[in-house]
Amino acid sequence: MPEERVLMKGNEAIGEAAIRAGCCFYAGYPITPQNELTEYMSYHMPEAGRAFVQSESEVAAINMVYGAAATGVRAMTSSSGPGISLKQEGISYMCGAELPCFFANIVRGGPGLGNIAPAQSDYFQATRGGGHGDYRTIVLAPSTVQELFDLTILGFELADKYLNPAMILGDGILGQMREPLVLRDPIDYDPSFKNDWALGNSAGRSKHVITSVRLAPGTLEKHNMKLFKKYKEIEEKEQRYELTDVDDADVVIIAYGTSARVAKSAAAMARESGDIRLGVIRLITLWPFPKDIVREYAEKGKKLLVVEMSLGQMREDVLLATCGATDVSLLAHTGGGLPTEEEVLDTARKVMKSDGPVEVYPEGAE
Amino acid sequence: MKKVFGRPESMSDKANMYCPGCGHGLAHRLTAEAIDALGLKDRCMGVASVGCSVFADDYFDFDFIQAAHGRAPAVATGMKRSKPGTIVFTHQGDGDLASIGAAEMIHSANRGEKITVIFVNNAIYGMTGGQMAPTTLCGMRTSTCQLGRDPEVAGHPIRVCELLKDLEGVAYLERVAVNTPAHMNKAKKALRKAFEVQDKGLGFSLVEIISQCPTGWGQLPKDSVGWIEENMIPYFPLGVYKDVTA
Repeated sequence: MPEERVLMKGNEAIGEAAIRAGCCFYAGYPITPQNELTEYMSYHMPEAGRAFVQSESEVAAINMVYGAAATGVRAMTSSSGPGISLKQEGISYMCGAELPCFFANIVRGGPGLGNIAPAQSDYFQATRGGGHGDYRTIVLAPSTVQELFDLTILGFELADKYLNPAMILGDGILGQMREPLVLRDPIDYDPSFKNDWALGNSAGRSKHVITSVRLAPGTLEKHNMKLFKKYKEIEEKEQRYELTDVDDADVVIIAYGTSARVAKSAAAMARESGDIRLGVIRLITLWPFPKDIVREYAEKGKKLLVVEMSLGQMREDVLLATCGATDVSLLAHTGGGLPTEEEVLDTARKVMKSDGPVEVYPEGAE
Repeated sequence: MKKVFGRPESMSDKANMYCPGCGHGLAHRLTAEAIDALGLKDRCMGVASVGCSVFADDYFDFDFIQAAHGRAPAVATGMKRSKPGTIVFTHQGDGDLASIGAAEMIHSANRGEKITVIFVNNAIYGMTGGQMAPTTLCGMRTSTCQLGRDPEVAGHPIRVCELLKDLEGVAYLERVAVNTPAHMNKAKKALRKAFEVQDKGLGFSLVEIISQCPTGWGQLPKDSVGWIEENMIPYFPLGVYKDVTA
């Protein structure tokens, strides 16, 4: 399909990217704020001759994806926090069986049923695995509708490259807002490398088996070490981020997604007011966490300020990456609350003047 | 010399890990014979579930996947929708299908997924050590109902064929048993019919196989086959519950 500039909702951009990436199977269950994606796929997947199933539950959806991916096709699902909690079962199985898939979490406020406002509080769930066992999921964090499109394609590519699930951690704002974007086709995708293991027609070859059960003593430990080696390689090669005005900054903000957009606006406002220079490290991968760049600026003595829509979940990774090399301050919102540019600026000014780390929470937290 | 009996082509040469007297191995053999008889082996994919048959992939000689507990029909849905020309079946026990996988069972049936579910009903959780299953008979003792299943506390055993027969997506449903040679012959025919219905794209098919679990029941294998006749079959009547080709 030709390149095309369009105005599109974030959720729809994920769907369009998936179809262009050659996704052949989608299963999903309704949940706000990601419904436009399921709706988009219900119409456009059959139109493209691909399979769409509205599943009976999120648990069924991810297990359908497990089955589809096992036949060697690109497959995906999507949901929001409560549904992603249910999908953790299948994600763990796919990691254990080394099957690729792509999925999106358009995050809403939690815990529990929470609300349907944008949030980043599924950071631990996404980056720590969420399900059972020793595994990792590749986590991409878009901040624009264009990036929802681009990172969906990248997600499919990374999933195939490493034979592991890859996901987008978005939020209700990113899923719901409309922005202009350029639709492009990905580089040609050749699924033939999956012929070595994919299930289907077994005529003329020995049988293929896909499983995550390894009961014989020592076999699971050996398999997990193989996964571990793969995860190390991903950590080494796939850290992604974007730097804005960091080198002369008094305070470097670390943020992703919607909170990174707010941080970048605040940094631009600061340059106009002239009393403080702010830089932004915007994280594009959350796992692997871009620890090398964070550590680099920490070792340069930069004061770091984490801005996140969760209560310090991402800050823990920054603390791990910096190992005490510098102060790591925090501006946190939760339960669907959003930081404002003014809040970011005020907090950054406090950080600049303070001898130790600063923590700013929504009113009523103290 | 004429060969009159041998291992079905669809079976591997691996020895199974089932207990002596268990019905799972019989169900596997009958499945393999039906697949061979219809010439479906090359485009057949199986889904192993969680329970005693977790290693079913070892016992067949075609592509297989191992599914999470209860999710085999969902996994099969993803496989069949992605590869419509294939034959996809699940092999599930009573806990897997009728308890934790009840939603996946009902909805894959209701969607009329062109898959076959082979449901082994032995009224107990075998692999985990003999706990009460959704199909455990009232009064029957298990490790989690040691005084016998009390319907006041645990409800009554679920009859899967009766539950599914009114769903529009279901094309073929039959309950069979593997406790006697006569019943096994009927079981083989039922399996063959179920695969034919799938291959013709008519809808969802399920064969429920009433099966003996001497270990879980605390019985000798020779007693367990009679116990089925006297206790299981009266509550779970054998027969065809739905056949859209009839």
